[in-house]
Amino acid sequence: MQVTGTVLTTRRVDAYHALTVVAPGIAERFRPGHFVSVAVGGGHTSMVTRRAFSVHDVKSDYGGTVELVFTVRGRGTAWLAERRARDTLDLVGPLGRPFPLPRDPAHCVLVGAEYGSAVLFPLADALLARGCRVDFVLGGAGAERVFGAMRARRIAETTTLTTEDGSLGLRGRVTDALPSVIADTRADAVYACGPMETLRAVTAVGMEFDIPVQVAVEERMACGIGVCMTCVIPVIGEDGATRMVRACAEGPVFRGERVRFEDVGTIPFDALGAPGGGARHVS
Amino acid sequence: MSVDMRTFLAHVELANPITTAAGCASSGRELAQFFDLHRLGALTTRSITMAPRAGRPTPRMAETPSGMLNAVGLQGPGIEAFLERELPWLAQRGIKTIVSIGGGTVAEYSELARRLADAPGVTALEVNLSCPNIEDRGRIFAREGSAAAEVIASVRSIMRYDVPVVAKLAPDVADIVSVARACVDAGADALSMINNPLGMAIDTEALRPSLAAVTGGLSGPAILPLAVRCVWQVHAALPGVPLIGIGGVMSGRDAFQLVLAGACVVGVGTALFHDPYACLRIERELEDLLRARGFQRLADAVGLAHRPPGSAPRHLLVDTEESAP
Repeated sequence: MQVTGTVLTTRRVDAYHALTVVAPGIAERFRPGHFVSVAVGGGHTSMVTRRAFSVHDVKSDYGGTVELVFTVRGRGTAWLAERRARDTLDLVGPLGRPFPLPRDPAHCVLVGAEYGSAVLFPLADALLARGCRVDFVLGGAGAERVFGAMRARRIAETTTLTTEDGSLGLRGRVTDALPSVIADTRADAVYACGPMETLRAVTAVGMEFDIPVQVAVEERMACGIGVCMTCVIPVIGEDGATRMVRACAEGPVFRGERVRFEDVGTIPFDALGAPGGGARHVS
Repeated sequence: MSVDMRTFLAHVELANPITTAAGCASSGRELAQFFDLHRLGALTTRSITMAPRAGRPTPRMAETPSGMLNAVGLQGPGIEAFLERELPWLAQRGIKTIVSIGGGTVAEYSELARRLADAPGVTALEVNLSCPNIEDRGRIFAREGSAAAEVIASVRSIMRYDVPVVAKLAPDVADIVSVARACVDAGADALSMINNPLGMAIDTEALRPSLAAVTGGLSGPAILPLAVRCVWQVHAALPGVPLIGIGGVMSGRDAFQLVLAGACVVGVGTALFHDPYACLRIERELEDLLRARGFQRLADAVGLAHRPPGSAPRHLLVDTEESAP
């Protein structure tokens, strides 16, 4: 659904921006893993594509608020970073398919790189409410790029932090720390969000331990609702066939081992409808 | 007073002039989450091909000033799955559906028309002519009147007489009027314009083209003036041919420009990416604009901008009617 939300608060969180927006209908339908899309640039904007953001927090005050976390990457996010309290925002959501939750209490490791960590916090709340054990592994390039370390420490059994420059926690990537965390916590499942390369590595670790990995992908989108066909990635279906599926409509959450990470950005030759399989013309 | 928004695409009546542009409404179900598709004049499907197509690699999209480039490459399920799953879903709900088809040879277009000829729920057939002709070194059908005409003549001869065949034209051609005329002479019942002109953007960080396919179709408000020009020229040359005006329509005012230039139906594309309710908003805004100018029927405004300078509007404004002796 589409909501004209009012910005409640804005804050800086280390290297990132966080916006809390009053968006009643969205907050009440939200499930962990859902995302929202935002129109940027105001009324007669020259920016025609929406920006998709994962939701860091949902609260029921003021009729329902959602908090978005983002980093300034271009004109659209720069505009968003300039929003102040009481400004209005055009939001569409909740979008996508949420994280599946374990039926019985399980031990879950939540892995987040950079601001991809944001999406894991509503998930952690939902898992804790079901009696699951939650452990975090959060990482980033440097200390100021590790998102949500404080909150993770407050709610999780253990929190392991990694930075590539060694300025916080262990030196290295989240996947360097992940095997020992899985072993120590006797984890039953892994949930991950972050850049494709991180998700690929997390999935590889999960497969080594033979436990399921649920990944939330961050793919560039124009619409977020499944009509523009620009956010596709190669995913193996139930029938074993690879299809180019939309990260916004069929995702953003996928089972890690179903995603052909090595082939993201290409059309694998064996994908359904790949060139050479019939009509070759393009438009 | 409400404005009569009904319009005719050839002999087919539509409740209002707003349709989705081909490739911008996916299978229809995605938009149905937001609003009742019956409120559209018609829904235009993505271009259906014979075989399933995986499309182009990513990145497929780049935002540009007041527009975007896309190189999706007609990703779709192929005619088989379309007839099995997508068209029946639309037909059962009674949603007016313009089916877009794309092919690499005249034979492929013809085969698509054959498969669609007996399928229930095809309101009109739109022929996407902006596909490379694999029998002619990949030259785009729409760039050559004779190639476009060959496709249209073949599709027209196969399609049922009561289903209009619409030729979709590309703007980046030397003379759009001659291509339009060739299509009409070959039997096209209506024309739609414009398809995306080709564009390109370069990523100045990566120092490479922004799109994996290098070039892509430009859409969005950046191309509205191009669409208005094409509709104007074709309507001036072929005033009797119904035109679907498409290209960068973001508001009712944009749609009104295309109507005044000669379009009796208006397609909404990129605006849907920005606002899922764009079609309804644009239809409402267009109706408000017509009402504010005293029009009682949409049909009275079609091509009105072509009247000679200094001549009175063709219709009577409400207030002048009342003040008349």
